[in-house]
Amino acid sequence: MSTRKMMKGNIAVAEAAVRAGLDFYGGYPITPQTEVLEHFSYRMAQEGRSFVQAENEIAAINMVIGASVCGRRAMTSSSGPGMALKQEGISYAARYSLPYVMLNVQRWGTGLGSLDTSQCDYWRETRGGGNGDYNTIVLAPSTVQELVDLMYESFDIAEKYRNAVLILSEAALGQMMEPCIMPDYKKAPKLPEWRFDGTGKRDHGFGSQTDMTDTVRKKREIMQKNEQRWESYMTDDAEYIFVAFGLPSRVCRDAVGKLRADGEKAGLIRPVTLWPFPVNAFKEPGSSIKGFISVESNDLGQMVEDVALTSKLIFRDRAMPVYSYASGRALPSVRKVVEHYYAAKNGKIKEVF
Amino acid sequence: MAKLKKAPAVWGDTHHPFCAGCGHGIVTRLIAEVLEELGQLDNFMFSLGVGCSCNLHHFFRGDKMQCAHGRPAAMATGMKRVSPESVVMTYQGDGDAAVIGIAETLNAAYRNEKITAFVINNALFGMTGGQMSWTTLPGMKTKTSVKGRDCSLTGDPIKLVEMISSQFNVAYAARGAVHTAKDINRTRSYVKNALESQIKGEGYSIVEFLAPCPTNWGISPIDSLKWVDEKMLPFYPTGEFKTRKGD
Repeated sequence: MSTRKMMKGNIAVAEAAVRAGLDFYGGYPITPQTEVLEHFSYRMAQEGRSFVQAENEIAAINMVIGASVCGRRAMTSSSGPGMALKQEGISYAARYSLPYVMLNVQRWGTGLGSLDTSQCDYWRETRGGGNGDYNTIVLAPSTVQELVDLMYESFDIAEKYRNAVLILSEAALGQMMEPCIMPDYKKAPKLPEWRFDGTGKRDHGFGSQTDMTDTVRKKREIMQKNEQRWESYMTDDAEYIFVAFGLPSRVCRDAVGKLRADGEKAGLIRPVTLWPFPVNAFKEPGSSIKGFISVESNDLGQMVEDVALTSKLIFRDRAMPVYSYASGRALPSVRKVVEHYYAAKNGKIKEVF
Repeated sequence: MAKLKKAPAVWGDTHHPFCAGCGHGIVTRLIAEVLEELGQLDNFMFSLGVGCSCNLHHFFRGDKMQCAHGRPAAMATGMKRVSPESVVMTYQGDGDAAVIGIAETLNAAYRNEKITAFVINNALFGMTGGQMSWTTLPGMKTKTSVKGRDCSLTGDPIKLVEMISSQFNVAYAARGAVHTAKDINRTRSYVKNALESQIKGEGYSIVEFLAPCPTNWGISPIDSLKWVDEKMLPFYPTGEFKTRKGD
């Protein structure tokens, strides 16, 4: 195990993928993700693996599909506008149950947007932006170390379910430096039986269209059952619980500390998987719970819909108030989060659903 | 006495899904025969375009991956980079390779990617029922050029092989036809050169095939052979546009 050292998020996550046994990377430059592409451009060559700077995002995802169908560990990375272009390929890969990994270092805005940090791609990444019925497993790290750890594990998860895994990073997380420990090189896994090897004799397990409806339903059920991940902080006796992922979850954690110091019973649920959404986390708080406040760095509040749906599912005997604080084109501040806490508690802001 | 040559088993011995007189049958058989001749029948992969080329799923045995429309060259790139010992081919129509997928096609050629692109040119979109393609001949009537293609509005047809062979440092580029026995034999040698150049690691290779589409041309299979000869050949000359080094 190597020692702790300061690393930039984008470099650390790329290096973690190399350590995890990445065989093929295809990508295209886009801020604030570009250091990922740059790191792979020389590290993959050093390790004798494949790197292609693709002509566009569509080609990049299709190259990843080509490598994945041959049973190799493959990934691509981008930011919001580039991920939009990949959606066609993501749908095709889902049709053939191909395992691979994507990294979205989110930037703010619709259309070209800006380079500011954001969580504005929650809807698209958790719902699937391509045609058809499929789910992508979405992992949301909140520190550079967690970026590394989730990326390191992501290929194993993808291969376990033959499903895409997306790491949902954020501009500021990709650009910030934090101390982290880089894991050792993973032993290369055995190539899967279903792969293309040129013989045409293997069963690729693509399934038939006749069976597809049942197959995708069962797969969703299993992934929802097995893969929910979250972190709860001071939720046992909490009256109002923040729900936040990624960088805003760190702000909310500080806000909980400040509110607790003031005698307020605040808590935090930090989803680590955004799909499957950690429904089970909402079963943990005690009967003192009075409402949830979804805190997100986007314009409209996106995850709040899942918070509301989950509240409806878990708290069947009463309508659980759900509030939204969407911080727009910036990270939320502790002061603002605390303000929204009191506003929710004192009925100064409307419930979202 | 005439000899009857048996098709390689990978080419399928069941029903072929193509229309009567379609060129795909001959082209796919040529590919199968050359793969057999080169000893590659257990070492090939296809990335398939969308259109009539999807039909390979129904009869051509082997590892075949269905791409989104226009993306076979990109997918083949991924396959080849991690499977350098396998023969990796795209199989696409002109709509797939020269219209929606022209970026992927040209960029694979630009990278001199060690894959082989097989492009069937019947001068229109076959699967969707005969709409204008970028390869539709000037004045040619299609479902979306009902009075004949007006190049003053649409631009002029794309000549893919000429473009690739003249602009990019590729290993091999040729255009063949499959409307006469002589052309079929000549085209077979193009397929062989294309695949051999890949196997020997020389770089990107492409073969475009002028193929009849009687169904969408609205003429008989016999007449469609004449149509290839009289209409297509003068506009799309056959031959090798980039020959292999040492040839």
